[in-house]
Amino acid sequence: MVQLNISSSAVHRLSMQNICRSFGATRALDGVNFSVAAGEIHALVGENGAGKSTLMKILAGALPPDQGEIFLDGRPFKPSNPLQARQAGVVMIYQELSLAPHLTVEENINLGVEPRHWGFLDKKRMRESAVKALQTLGHPEIRPEQIVKNLTLAEQQLVEIGRALAIGCQVLVLDEPTSSLSYQDIQKLFSLLRILKEQGQAIVYISHFLEEVKEISDLCTVLRDGKTVGTQITHELLVNQIIEMMVGRNIKQLYKKSRRQVKEPLLQVKNLSGNRKPIRTEFNLYRGEVLGIAGLVGAGRTELLRCLFGLEPVKTGEIKLAAFTGPASPAQRWLQGVGMLSEDRGNEGLALSLNLADNLTLTSLQKLGPCGLVLPRIQRNFSQQWIEKLDIRCRDVLQKAGELSGGNQQKLALARLLYHEVDIFLLDEPTRGIDVASKAQIYELIDQLVSQDLESGKSAKAILIVSSYLPELLGICDRIAVMYRGVLGPARPASQFTEHELMMEALNPVMPT
Amino acid sequence: MKISVSNFTNYLKGSWFKWLNRFGVILGLLLVYLFFAALAPESFSSLRNLETIARQTAIVGIAALGMTMVIISAGIDLSVGSIIALTTVVIAWCLEAGMNPLLAALAGILMAALCGFLNGFLITRLQVVPFIVTLGTLLLVRGVAKGIAHEQKIDAPLSWLTELLAILPSGQRWMLFPPGVWLMILLALLVAALLKFTRLGRHIFAVGSNERTARLCGIHINRVKLLVYSLSAAFAGVAGVMQFSRLTVGDPTVAVGLELDVIAAVVIGGGSLSGGEGSILGSLIGALIMTVIRSGCSQMGLPNWVQEIITGVIIVLAVALDRMRHRTKE
Repeated sequence: MVQLNISSSAVHRLSMQNICRSFGATRALDGVNFSVAAGEIHALVGENGAGKSTLMKILAGALPPDQGEIFLDGRPFKPSNPLQARQAGVVMIYQELSLAPHLTVEENINLGVEPRHWGFLDKKRMRESAVKALQTLGHPEIRPEQIVKNLTLAEQQLVEIGRALAIGCQVLVLDEPTSSLSYQDIQKLFSLLRILKEQGQAIVYISHFLEEVKEISDLCTVLRDGKTVGTQITHELLVNQIIEMMVGRNIKQLYKKSRRQVKEPLLQVKNLSGNRKPIRTEFNLYRGEVLGIAGLVGAGRTELLRCLFGLEPVKTGEIKLAAFTGPASPAQRWLQGVGMLSEDRGNEGLALSLNLADNLTLTSLQKLGPCGLVLPRIQRNFSQQWIEKLDIRCRDVLQKAGELSGGNQQKLALARLLYHEVDIFLLDEPTRGIDVASKAQIYELIDQLVSQDLESGKSAKAILIVSSYLPELLGICDRIAVMYRGVLGPARPASQFTEHELMMEALNPVMPT
Repeated sequence: MKISVSNFTNYLKGSWFKWLNRFGVILGLLLVYLFFAALAPESFSSLRNLETIARQTAIVGIAALGMTMVIISAGIDLSVGSIIALTTVVIAWCLEAGMNPLLAALAGILMAALCGFLNGFLITRLQVVPFIVTLGTLLLVRGVAKGIAHEQKIDAPLSWLTELLAILPSGQRWMLFPPGVWLMILLALLVAALLKFTRLGRHIFAVGSNERTARLCGIHINRVKLLVYSLSAAFAGVAGVMQFSRLTVGDPTVAVGLELDVIAAVVIGGGSLSGGEGSILGSLIGALIMTVIRSGCSQMGLPNWVQEIITGVIIVLAVALDRMRHRTKE
């Protein structure tokens, strides 16, 4: 068995074995195996949160694994930082490119490995290596003396691949390389990848676009919930089969859906478009319902919520909110009874260096005293009340928000909307990166909000929720609409969808006929 | 066994830092004071010298009140020194024109507040970082002051304004400090209450702690910034009145580089240049620490350059301790 391991890793350029990694209580990776041979394009697919990015961070040396081993050409590989991984020949190319925009193509290609002659820059050799790298790329229109920021995005991506070649890349990792490319550019990229493959590069290809995965990759490894589901030869798989491997799970009890009564529409959106995204959206949100928006990361779901809440400009279209029409600033939205939960808890949702009470009451401090005063005792009482209701674990209300766990931070961010007593909840990825127990609490809370609460006599709310986690949408939503490249499809009852169908629609939308 | 020992030292470290966190600045002031009390001649620890220290702190201390608000909101105001000079010029000019001293002082403060409004306006409208905007107004305001004064001192008739920071005559010893110092204490209490107990105060902290969160929560960020810079400059104006009281003339070349003393006071007192942190008590103690060092050094007969070296070391040390405190928290 040991013998076999060694021999198999000797064959592979890269071999990651039994990789485990936890963040607090969440197991992001649980015994993942992943190998790539020289001259192979190996696709890595999985839903958002399946563990792809954590696995790649470990490979890039940005995160240490808790357990497991990595071999590069059969030798143990333990990068302690990204630079070491790069020097060993493992190069990552992310969606956000990492070029110096003000430098020229050749300067970028030689960045960090500038040829020197007596301590001075050797311009001649620099030009030579840049020309050599560009020749491999097969794009004569990119000239070494061009300033990078004047190139198109696709050209910049090629320069970045050229830089990877110039530093002696052994394993090339491409993370969602096509998400902002046109069809022609994608084809050009693919032909380059095929050339590199013939030259003996080991290429890891990460993508949500399964059609592209089928077109370009030799092998396909599927991750789900931090585990390897399987590795198979791509051309033997159907797209449907890949989807099945990605989503097959069964946690139904987590979600709660009581009987709900849909009432009048609270929010009516017509033909809304923003600066770049969304391109076209139209929907109604009714009192007493949870409306889910599914779609891939980058489809424009977050931008839709931000347009609605006035955080991003509205270009065209109409937003009708009970008696109010038109775009408004966040301050006005809060006054109109709309609250938003940001997807970016740490950078936007909460002010981490402020205490719990301030974070919770920030939107309506006027409740806490007359004449612009904030009376600490009243603020403490209010906060205490919500902290107990939502079961937020903390030392006291004066503890800093940044000291709480992810789940408790998220509950705190939600508590802000409850304290403000909003009618319309715009929730962006409300359960991303939090533990299962907190998730269950949030689901229950969402259910309570939209169901008529007979005890308190408070009327039901309306909830618009964006999530990348499909079982969650199916579990708690009444209706779901799918967004694809900026366009929102029609909302349909959640019972009409299966996870498989949702995924299919997010990948290939049903064109309105 | 090894584990329990390291746990114990960790515990000690933890509680030590918690303690330092709360009383660090006061402890620093005490240490500096005791150091000079032990080394300097006896006159240093006399009551008379305490009064001198308080008087010398007033200008930087009052300006530091405004700067504390600016720094909590994650900004910076480099124009404070120039605003102080302009204020002294405006006051002298008004007095010379025969204006009532109180009105002259108010005119100076109003002029200062207008400069601050300009800062805030440029920062929020042009979306240029505060460092650059106030670097610009530092030169601009200084130039205006020199222009009004025709590049020379403006003499002003004597008035009660010059007594604000003067040594108390023996008949008024019961006051302990001159009126200017009492004014600083009163303003400090007001600003501390503003920061702690008002909506505006909470908004200033929120904007500095995380501007995106503040925006999400519907806070009018631009309005808060405009107010903060105007207030900061108004306090610089009050500091300008004190400066005039010491000079008794309007001097467009006074207080060059004073903004750095003011910023240092806030930073020594626990203000974080990345915003969201800072306290009025801390800033005042920061200002006191610097005066004590100056006073102690000069009483020991140490030359000016030694004072500067010591002050520099203290600033870096204070901020380094602050960073260390943050790291242990994480």
